[in-house]
Amino acid sequence: MQRFFNNPDDIVDETVAGFVKAHRDLVRIDPSNPRVVVARNAPVKGKVGIVTGGGSGHEPAFIGYAGRNMVDAVAVGELFSSPTAKSFLDAIRAADGGAGVAVLYGNYAGDNMNVKMARKMAARDGIDVATVVANDDVCSAPLAEREKRRGVAGEIFMWKIGGAKAAEGASLDEVIATAQKAIDGCRSVGVGLGPCTLPAVGHPNFQIEPGRMEVGIGHHGEPGTRLEILKSANEVADDMVRIVLDDHDLPAGREVAVLVSGLGATPINELYVLYDRIESQIVARGLTVHRAYVGNYFTSLEMVGATLTVLALDGDLKRLLDVETACAGF
Amino acid sequence: MTGISSKGTGAIVADMAAEIVANKAYLSEIDGKIGDGDHGVNMAKGFGRAAERLKGEETLDEAMQILSDVLMSEIGGSMGPLYGMMFSDMADALSARPVIDEAAFARMLRAGLDGVQDIGSAKVGDKTLLDCLVPAVEAFEAAVASNKGFAEGLGTMKAAAAVGRDSTIDLVARVGRSSRLGERSRGVLDAGATSCCMILTSLADGIAKRLN
Repeated sequence: MQRFFNNPDDIVDETVAGFVKAHRDLVRIDPSNPRVVVARNAPVKGKVGIVTGGGSGHEPAFIGYAGRNMVDAVAVGELFSSPTAKSFLDAIRAADGGAGVAVLYGNYAGDNMNVKMARKMAARDGIDVATVVANDDVCSAPLAEREKRRGVAGEIFMWKIGGAKAAEGASLDEVIATAQKAIDGCRSVGVGLGPCTLPAVGHPNFQIEPGRMEVGIGHHGEPGTRLEILKSANEVADDMVRIVLDDHDLPAGREVAVLVSGLGATPINELYVLYDRIESQIVARGLTVHRAYVGNYFTSLEMVGATLTVLALDGDLKRLLDVETACAGF
Repeated sequence: MTGISSKGTGAIVADMAAEIVANKAYLSEIDGKIGDGDHGVNMAKGFGRAAERLKGEETLDEAMQILSDVLMSEIGGSMGPLYGMMFSDMADALSARPVIDEAAFARMLRAGLDGVQDIGSAKVGDKTLLDCLVPAVEAFEAAVASNKGFAEGLGTMKAAAAVGRDSTIDLVARVGRSSRLGERSRGVLDAGATSCCMILTSLADGIAKRLN
């Protein structure tokens, strides 16, 4: 594939620079760390700060979710590589309005280590930090070992709901409990049709043969649970709904929010083709779709494929999901 | 006890960095088989930047601290904090002592291992750098305990590191990104264990050269 880049080593800095120029009404770069993107209005005095972070290459995640009533500060890593502990620390400092900081991030080895170190360093600054680790990716581990599952697009619901809760003036404990409830209510699955390439590496980091698909693929091309013959969109949609809902025993009548994200190189129209079937399958299971999001919300460079996330709502989560937000990702 | 003056031993870290940078493509290649193929790129970036910041007069612990600062504040990922903590704790254990003898070197190795285990969650057998580091540290400690001498201890450590590195070929990854592959991760070297073996070998060779 042909691509736009200068020096591969500069891609992340140039991505952040362009993003901040394009969205200067929403975000700025932290003056002390070029790998931290801060919401224009942060820190808000007396409000719990919301921080996230992760490797680059997933845009609009993670930087696209910095904004009002959302994430206050985002630590930016290299492509597919965790931000440094220093960047997480600087994001925590930038988000701190004196009421503590909630770091809401995904379950990856590097992020776990760097957040752990940043939390220790922030404690020395007297900043109270608590965390929620997203683990919504169904195929990455069995239900009995849910703590081992990766965090994927369900993180967006966790940030949205945690951010709205913090904006209401809730305490750090309340924000953490609500963000935890949001991610506990999320189940996600990915289907990959084509691989992606780190520009500095120069060749795809895995292969999917023509006419095949990887069901349960991760956000960095982690292999799925099944390598299968590529089926029709309807059959793929049925499979995705089955994987997600079979893992999550929801009573009929429950309201849900649905997010279908492209992985980078799949046309948006194909996402709507999938969504057409996904919604009817969800409704056929007796559930009601309160809100749907279809588009490129959490990508993996130029991977071909899509993810489905279903969030089970209750009154509280529904209200918080509907709070108005200003960020580039939505 | 035999030892070397710590004066100018920072050059050992410069040689170690040169070794890592020279193996950038190799480390990325083996990482690419079960990871995302950027281990060499990230390691070469971190070690290369640290080497640029060395003035050549540092002691080993000063140079390790500079390396640790770069890894922790500029590299990130998993290797940034793991090697960052290892070198920071190794540097603390040496803490500006004028002579590095086998007892000091053993304390340094153990502190580095503790640092890695404190921040990470892996155990021996999980197909990580610990499969190289743990047997290497234990081999050196055993050599010191049986009064084998510094030089022989270093040789034993190097051999144990290489055996440990090669042991990862037959292991299934249980921690980190490659753990998602399950059985498919068997049959190839772990990139972290491979870079760890390079680091320990450089350290041993650098000390051994100065013992003579």
